[in-house]
Amino acid sequence: MKLSIERADLLKAVGQAQSVVERRNTIPILGNVLIEAEGNTASFRATDLDIEVVDRAPAMVERAGATTVPAVTLHEIVRKLPDGAMVQLSEDGVKGRLEVRAGKSTFSLATLPRDGFPVMASSEYASNFSAPAPMLRRLFDKAKFAISTEETRYYLNGVFMHVAEGEDGAVLRCVATDGHRLARIEAPLPDGAEGMPGVIVPRKTVGELRKLLDDDDMQIAVSVSDTKVRFATPNITLTSKVIDGTFPDYTRVIPVGNRRKLEVDASDFARAVDRVATVSSERSKAVKLTLEEDRLILAVNNPDSGAAEEELGVAYADERLEIGFNAKYLLEIASQVDRENAVFLFNSSGDPALMREGGDTSAIYVVMPMRV
Amino acid sequence: MPALCRDCFHVFDAGTRCPACRRPRVLSHPELFDLTIAHMDCDAFYASVEKRDDPSLADKPVIIGGGRRGVVSTACYVARIRGVKSAMPMFQALKLCPDAVVLKPRFEAYVAASKAIRAMMDELTPSVQPLSLDEAFLDLGGTARLHGAPPAVLLAKLVRRMQDELGLTGSIGLSHNKFLAKIASDLDKPRGFAVIGRAETMAFLAPKPVRLIWGVGPALTESLERAGIRTFTDLRRWERDDLVARFGGMGDRLWHLARGEDNRRVDAREPVKSISNETTFGEDTADPSLLDGHLWRMAEKTASRAKAQNKAGRVVTLKLKRHDHRILSRRVTLPQPTQLADTLYRTARGLLDHVTDPGPFRLLGVGLSDITEATGADRMDDLLDPEAARRSAAERAADAIRARFGPDAIVKGRALR
Repeated sequence: MKLSIERADLLKAVGQAQSVVERRNTIPILGNVLIEAEGNTASFRATDLDIEVVDRAPAMVERAGATTVPAVTLHEIVRKLPDGAMVQLSEDGVKGRLEVRAGKSTFSLATLPRDGFPVMASSEYASNFSAPAPMLRRLFDKAKFAISTEETRYYLNGVFMHVAEGEDGAVLRCVATDGHRLARIEAPLPDGAEGMPGVIVPRKTVGELRKLLDDDDMQIAVSVSDTKVRFATPNITLTSKVIDGTFPDYTRVIPVGNRRKLEVDASDFARAVDRVATVSSERSKAVKLTLEEDRLILAVNNPDSGAAEEELGVAYADERLEIGFNAKYLLEIASQVDRENAVFLFNSSGDPALMREGGDTSAIYVVMPMRV
Repeated sequence: MPALCRDCFHVFDAGTRCPACRRPRVLSHPELFDLTIAHMDCDAFYASVEKRDDPSLADKPVIIGGGRRGVVSTACYVARIRGVKSAMPMFQALKLCPDAVVLKPRFEAYVAASKAIRAMMDELTPSVQPLSLDEAFLDLGGTARLHGAPPAVLLAKLVRRMQDELGLTGSIGLSHNKFLAKIASDLDKPRGFAVIGRAETMAFLAPKPVRLIWGVGPALTESLERAGIRTFTDLRRWERDDLVARFGGMGDRLWHLARGEDNRRVDAREPVKSISNETTFGEDTADPSLLDGHLWRMAEKTASRAKAQNKAGRVVTLKLKRHDHRILSRRVTLPQPTQLADTLYRTARGLLDHVTDPGPFRLLGVGLSDITEATGADRMDDLLDPEAARRSAAERAADAIRARFGPDAIVKGRALR
């Protein structure tokens, strides 16, 4: 195999590959990226056995072929090469080395034969549809902060993507929760997605997917089966197993009877929460919210480290309410709001609160209070 | 050389017999009255309490331990002569010493004795750091003027007082740091008093095996041996950086200890690091329902200790010992600290469900670590488990009932399995 490729194209492709491979591998070849050259394309494939990513980039192929080299090392090399360089990759099959040349630099990397490289079995997808990148970006970006890291509840370690009945008909919905907060984000159902099985997209896949979604004009081809999900652009294909488990019935968690409505400027609110939380030395910083007519008092009182209080002008017309929250959770949901005021709906100090942006119900957040 | 009579506390200048009372229990050491860090270790504590409370046991070998399947927790000196050691499996101990009187531990009696000893130590210095019921570090620095006597004299009086008032004996190690004081208390047991001075520290340690170091267990001993380190002399040949590179944080500590250096303070308020309970079964079992019963009981015990100490923990550990004594341990970090048996049980249960080893097991334990104050614990309920709030309210109610009517006033059916 011998090919030449632009440094920028190579960096992008290898960058994605090295973030998929596991840092600590007992099986050496899983740390490698499979490079295949044919026609005028070089493709770079990496896997951790749960996720597989293939990046294709234009290249001048002198000699077709394929080999594998350590993904992290190749990425480090390419990253340190000067911008605009032309990189030549040539394989010496006898010595078992891949030579990387750019300008006056030469590197020689140990290779492993491609036969040992695991390729994810192709499967039948029950549903294929296409969705614009900004839509998927919103669905996953706004949900991912609520993904659980708790291993015993592994079925919460991802985003539940499924078809649901929204207020105005069928929607594509993403839900994530860790038991303390929940995010439910929806978008109009793309054509062809009607029969899509609900799947739990793992946290790592959500992170990798994000890299496909930066281009606003891109249409993403989405394929879903009971066990796998695939996201593809013309150059990148990301295939992932989904979490084998049942996502809990989240609908009963979302409060419907919360009547006490607070409207507040989200960024003022977030900054105030952040300020008062400074004095708390606890790991889970508790903030007490006291709501009175058009007045919100945020207070932190920590016997060991100090106290803080701040008042905010808000729209609130219900009876007085005191309710505590983990400051971090409040900051996270407040940071999801980008256009209008944050609207909080409370019931009592012991019940979960609901937050949305203005009157928009296509993105709602539920957060559990904390006893303070 | 300064000398002290351990019987009449007469202080004099060298000699093998006390010039005042003519008795031979004389302690002499060049640094005797300059050293201030002590370790007091009761002699065969549990067994001594039993012998004190039942004089008919006085000349019999006594072993304290739990059940046929348990291990020896303490053996009296009569039993020790026959080769019985702490932590030895009971069947083995009984093979060595078939006529031993095996007693179940009576913790209330030991706790009471321990408290009495603690009170005596507290009279000497505010810096008392108990390590367990029967041993403690004391820092007697700066107390000589207050008591009108140097630490060595105070310590000799302390053990005498323990013997006279409580009928219990202890051994003292006196040195210039905790590490050496603890080693010293073991040198002259029982009823011992050993001194390790600054001048002799290096020479004293040189030929000693490194497993003498508290924290160097069988596993570390083995990896030290693989590195060619058996004695303190071997250890001293290593550069500090090499030890750190090979053994991490422990490496740095080893480098200092090799030179007899230990700057840990005697801390009266040593924070609790973990709370755990474990049980060895009467018979090895793989029965899920039996394991579940044990799991609940251990979770409940651990939780009730956490509640008693007003502590909570964020890390839950499940420990299992297989029939071949191999230990499996699984841990998980909770989003918030807990002290509730229900949370502890459910979390440990999740860990147990993920154990692929089919058993049988001989021991199960549940532990709580990453300990914090209870004020920050269990303050948030679970969205996905709305019953959890009710279960924790039920647990708090049951706790209140137990506090009023005794520990057995109310138990869960699960605890009876």
